[in-house]
Amino acid sequence: METTANRMIRTTVRASTAPALQDLQPKLQVRGLNFFYGAYQALRNITLDIPERKVTAFIGPSGCGKSTLLRTFNRMYSLYPEQRAEGEVLIDGENLLTRNRDISLIRAKIGMVFQKPTPFPMSIYDNISFGVRLYERLSKREMDDRVEQALTRAGLWQEVRNKLHQSGNGLSGGQQQRLCIARCIAIQPEVLLLDEPCSALDPISTARVEELIHELKSDYTVVIVTHNMQQAARVSDFTAYMYLGELIEYGATDSIFIKPSRKETEDYITGRFG
Amino acid sequence: MNGAAAVINAENPLYRSRKRTNILLLTVSGLAVLFGLFWLVWILGTLLYEGGYALARAALYYQMTPPPGADGGLANAIVGSLILCVVGTLIGTPVGVLAGTYLAEFGKRSWLAAATRFLNDVLLSAPSIVMGLFVYSVYVARVGHFSGWAGSLALALIVIPVVVRTTDDMLKLVPNSLREATAALGCPAWKMIVFVTYRAASTGILTGILLAVARISGETAPLLFTALNNQFWSLNMNAPMSNLPTVIFQFAMSPYQDWHRLAWGGAALITLTVLVLNIVARSLFRRTD
Repeated sequence: METTANRMIRTTVRASTAPALQDLQPKLQVRGLNFFYGAYQALRNITLDIPERKVTAFIGPSGCGKSTLLRTFNRMYSLYPEQRAEGEVLIDGENLLTRNRDISLIRAKIGMVFQKPTPFPMSIYDNISFGVRLYERLSKREMDDRVEQALTRAGLWQEVRNKLHQSGNGLSGGQQQRLCIARCIAIQPEVLLLDEPCSALDPISTARVEELIHELKSDYTVVIVTHNMQQAARVSDFTAYMYLGELIEYGATDSIFIKPSRKETEDYITGRFG
Repeated sequence: MNGAAAVINAENPLYRSRKRTNILLLTVSGLAVLFGLFWLVWILGTLLYEGGYALARAALYYQMTPPPGADGGLANAIVGSLILCVVGTLIGTPVGVLAGTYLAEFGKRSWLAAATRFLNDVLLSAPSIVMGLFVYSVYVARVGHFSGWAGSLALALIVIPVVVRTTDDMLKLVPNSLREATAALGCPAWKMIVFVTYRAASTGILTGILLAVARISGETAPLLFTALNNQFWSLNMNAPMSNLPTVIFQFAMSPYQDWHRLAWGGAALITLTVLVLNIVARSLFRRTD
């Protein structure tokens, strides 16, 4: 039986041209990953490949571990001594989880946008130049260009061009989030991790961000966690469905949404559960 | 008509009792404010009334503390106090800010941080005379004379716990999401602290430093055993140094009318200086925000 929700989702899925997952070059490879918050195990034996220059979405009900998985990719958990990961996460074949890796270098290559906007307590301009200055020495003009370019791509330039030297905290919630996206792409990372980036945005800004994700795909590997299944269907090439810390199903977005092979996935995406 | 609408009206007993409680609490808290303000205004009023005359005389600022009956000012005490406070703050602030940074950013919930916090709180509430006696026994008694350095050291010991505590608290108020966002750009920890978390907590940390300055500018007890006092003009940090609190103490306890007037002037001067310092710092910060 086909539900209304299912039909609705189906119409939003783009025509399938995506090659199969195993034929693509993996950017990130997760191997037997277990994750612990103290004694609580949040991820169980996760293995998957994130293909290069594609958009991969993680979906699943709250608390299923999708954000946790995303946060292992830039070792965000290292900030908290009680959190630990076992297993391997490889970027271009190199394991990130080994203790002696330089975490700062990994994080500069793997940008992240968080659910809540986090502007730094400085001007709009400095919010963007701060990250760039960490790894590049640019002239004033080059920096101006970089700031303008990043803000334009994030769809914020028109709104802030005349107040670049005012505090980033003075912007509205949606503008702050786009500022954070601009800050992230300004440092030109290889991978972009988006942790529910649109949950604080209005529909217009959301559409702008989704457009941006499409544009970025040609240069970056994008991984997005989202609660909005239409969004996952619209923006992603591959989708992973997670539940209770396990990876239930992973494959091309079209097939996950139209013909999921697991009953649990179908129940979730058709709204019967979750 | 549905059931909910029937009970939602101005006669509803729950609504009325809530309203009564509201009025009661508003009255009580309003009275508490008035009670607090009453004494504050009285104190400030007395200070300005008694000290205003001395403050208005130019001699206060350029003449030395006089013997009883002679004309004089507080110039040596004002400059002495200024030096002692500035040096005390300069020694105490970096130590306090760095220790507070350790507690909030690195130590967090480790046993060393917990122990440091506990000892710091003890130090924070220790009577200031203890600091004076401590510096007396480890420094003054050994070198054999009172000195400006000893006074500054005792004041620094009062500054440190105040600044440690406020820095720790203010940095802890900075949301972790800001630290995560900074780290996510590939930013090393020290840069994150200096450029992001200090900035986010700057107003609070500065308020803590000002609080410490305000506190030491009126401290008498720790100076009695360390800087002592000096009737004459002296900028020598290795010799006893004049300072406002000790002069106020000495003059106010005396039977002489003109000394009393100078003591009131000194007290008003300290209060006004702290007030001005606060206003200047606040307006500076409002501008940068």
